[in-house]
Amino acid sequence: MRKLLLLVVFVSVSFVTYAGGYRVSIQGQRALAMGHTGVAVVNSAELVFFNPAGLVYLEDKLNVSAGVSAVFTDVIYQNVENGISSQTDSSVGTPLNLYGSYKVNDWMSVGLGVYTPFGSEVAWPTDWSGSHLVNSIELAAIYVQPVVSLKLSDHFSIGGGPIYATGSVKFNRNASRTTTDIEGNRSNVSIEDSGVSSWGWSIGAMFNPTKDFHVGFNYRSEITIESEGGEAVFANFPNSPAAPANQTDGFKAELPLPAELTVGLSYEYKKWVFAFDYNRQFWDVYESLDIDFTNAANPDSNNPRNYENSSVYRLGLQYKTTDKITLRAGYYRDETPVQSGYFAPETPRNDSDGFTGGFSYAITPKLAIDASFLYVRFKEIDASYDFYQENGQSVPFKGTYKSSAFAPGLGLTYKM
Amino acid sequence: MMKKNIKYLAVLALGLMACEPEFDTPINESDVYKSGEANFSKYVALGNSLTAGFADGALYITGQENSYPNILSKQFALAGGGEFTQPLMADNAGGALLNGTQILDNRLVLVFGEDKNPIGPSVYTGANPTTEISSNLGGSFNNMGVPGAKSFHLVAAGYGNVGGVSAGLANPYYARFASSATATILGDALAQQPTFFSLWIGNNDILSYATSGGVGEDHNETNNIDPSTYGPNDITNTNAFAGVYSQMVDGLIANGAKGVLLSLPSVTSIPFFTTVPHNPIPMDALTAAGTNMAYAEYNGGLQQAFAALSMAAPGVFTAEELEKRTINFVEGQNAVVIIDEDLTDLGALNPAFAMLPKYRQATPSDLLVLTSSSVIGTRVDSNDPATTIGVGVPLEDKWVLTPEEQTAIENARSAYNATIVGLATAKGLAYYDAASDLAQAASSGIPTDGGIVTSEFASGGGFSLDGVHPTPRAHAIITNGIIDAVESKYGANLPSVNPGDYGTITVSNDVN
Repeated sequence: MRKLLLLVVFVSVSFVTYAGGYRVSIQGQRALAMGHTGVAVVNSAELVFFNPAGLVYLEDKLNVSAGVSAVFTDVIYQNVENGISSQTDSSVGTPLNLYGSYKVNDWMSVGLGVYTPFGSEVAWPTDWSGSHLVNSIELAAIYVQPVVSLKLSDHFSIGGGPIYATGSVKFNRNASRTTTDIEGNRSNVSIEDSGVSSWGWSIGAMFNPTKDFHVGFNYRSEITIESEGGEAVFANFPNSPAAPANQTDGFKAELPLPAELTVGLSYEYKKWVFAFDYNRQFWDVYESLDIDFTNAANPDSNNPRNYENSSVYRLGLQYKTTDKITLRAGYYRDETPVQSGYFAPETPRNDSDGFTGGFSYAITPKLAIDASFLYVRFKEIDASYDFYQENGQSVPFKGTYKSSAFAPGLGLTYKM
Repeated sequence: MMKKNIKYLAVLALGLMACEPEFDTPINESDVYKSGEANFSKYVALGNSLTAGFADGALYITGQENSYPNILSKQFALAGGGEFTQPLMADNAGGALLNGTQILDNRLVLVFGEDKNPIGPSVYTGANPTTEISSNLGGSFNNMGVPGAKSFHLVAAGYGNVGGVSAGLANPYYARFASSATATILGDALAQQPTFFSLWIGNNDILSYATSGGVGEDHNETNNIDPSTYGPNDITNTNAFAGVYSQMVDGLIANGAKGVLLSLPSVTSIPFFTTVPHNPIPMDALTAAGTNMAYAEYNGGLQQAFAALSMAAPGVFTAEELEKRTINFVEGQNAVVIIDEDLTDLGALNPAFAMLPKYRQATPSDLLVLTSSSVIGTRVDSNDPATTIGVGVPLEDKWVLTPEEQTAIENARSAYNATIVGLATAKGLAYYDAASDLAQAASSGIPTDGGIVTSEFASGGGFSLDGVHPTPRAHAIITNGIIDAVESKYGANLPSVNPGDYGTITVSNDVN
């Protein structure tokens, strides 16, 4: 029996992230219909988000834009070597936005925006083959932002304002690939926190070489969500000193909501508007997701992410058919921030192509309905996450992924 | 206008349906996997505890779910395989009742101390067993593995007669699902008209002899080929094995079914025999001297016997045996004293030496069974240190597998395996040499992405806490071995499984 004393049985608990590539670019029905361009489009109160500097060039005294999209996302996974396949529960995310601007005088406008630039919702079947990385995740961040827009001349304006961000997260994953209780129920950990707030800011500038030609710049700062008051629930662990106890614990974790820089231009020609935006998203702040459980007996979790900065290229087109009806279309190319070997299934995003369209219908000269749709096409990708470890050994999670997303949206624009 | 919008939404929703992602070659639709010449639509597995998913000294649901036939059936399902049913136990406690009285023990779990170091396996007491042997589940299950079955039991009528269980005439596990009191396992399997089968039987024909420390009879010595006269711990005669094995194969292939035969691994390399060392007795110099004094009479008697017998009957009681039988304890680790039936009966040679028992100290060639750890070092009389088992009182034959007994086992196993591989070749069946994978686990280990699987007791990942039966991870390795054999024999193409996705042992402190 002496040999028994030398036994080492590992019941490891480590954590993988709650999200990756979790930026959701749906911040305005009109802009989205044009490929989510807008840093240089003077069109509606959506400028509160896209470029507050442009608000001061809006013709009307009061502008209000509200909208919501329903984002339907599906991800499928398969591993040919092991005959495993899986599919996420079709989740519906509802990014929403509400913007208003008011022209105080000829050279100053003020505005307020509420929008949801970050979020992720993925639910794999519980205990699926990648359940040691994620079973399900819900992540949402709401930004509330007052802005001021100042016209320095007919050719140049600036704008900006502080951002109040509040976030919530729910996440569940299994403790390892194999740990169960006596009944075979997989040991798992859930973490949940909400109302986690922080501050940031954005600043923009607009340059108008001619009346029909705009050039825009906008920068939105990074906001780090620091979760301290959340709850971690350990469930289905075997009753053993070698395993965490089935109870509630606290945790600390940080999630960066990265900064984004946008430059772009728009050109108006008769009934046409053409727009181009370039986004640079500074994902390199997302190096690792570390979860520090309050109870020292519960092993902390370090999960390398090593995202890299990424770019999005956007094109948009608008055509005004009649006084009542305006048509829009757009396209964008979104490069993934996820490096090879870091492809984790909680938000499996590779490079994608977005195709957008939409229209506005003016019910009255003051009130218009805006509709948009977005279809995101992902290529099939063979990918792996190589930084999960068991017993000190790296255990890659490999497979083929394919995602698609579809988002119809509706909004209202009011001006007077 | 709102009505119009609703129409648009309907159109968008339709578009949405068409937007669901699809792979270029989805594994569950396209012909990625193939059954080749085989037909997996009705797979039936025959065998013993290994096939049933018995582990940790018991049969319980999660063990059954991780049995190699069940894992295999899921891979078969991607190449035309049908539903796979098992006679699942009622719970995960593992024991069982006969007419309300518990007759089978609960499973073993690994107990840890508060210092997070393992203490050892113990019987799980967190729940009472609820499986009632007498509630019959009906005879039709794809997994026909029956714990405890020997080769000839598969064709023995009445082996599942619940009325015979308490008298030890029938098998409680088969009694749960035998189609009738006179049914045979093979008959119930054939009634399902399998299109594909696996047969892994014969392990118990030597294993029960081995785990009982060789107390049974070796019928290759007795030349008794009638299994109905065998005791539970006997070695099956190899000709009897060959006869019954080929009878089973002939029955299974009669309607054109394909199948896979598995070889029988070495039983002496499993942790049940390799965990307890031959010299587990620590002693200081004083105790050793005292113990040697207690054996002085025996040692002296051996000297006298040698002096007398080497003249009278040279070559019978050799100097070599004299040395082997002389008991000598020293400071440090000492070998246990054992009873060895194969030693020369000195009293038979000369009645004057009838008082000299067949004692000797164990050597590294002796295998002490895992369960001996619970008696070695304990006292027959708790107040008398001279009655310490393994020291003052020798270990009984049943705790030790001597080299002679090991040879008997290995000879039988080689003969059985020759029959199995011969039949696989003759009948055109797939053959998986499970013995060679187990040999690898026992030597260098089998690498997986969950660590190297070895035969080390409890920590090696290959064997459950009974030291005999495989873990789910080992079942996954066996599944891959079968898949390889089926692919190469029948031109099938099947997905393998990742052993690291399967668990090893269960920890729990729910023990009394």
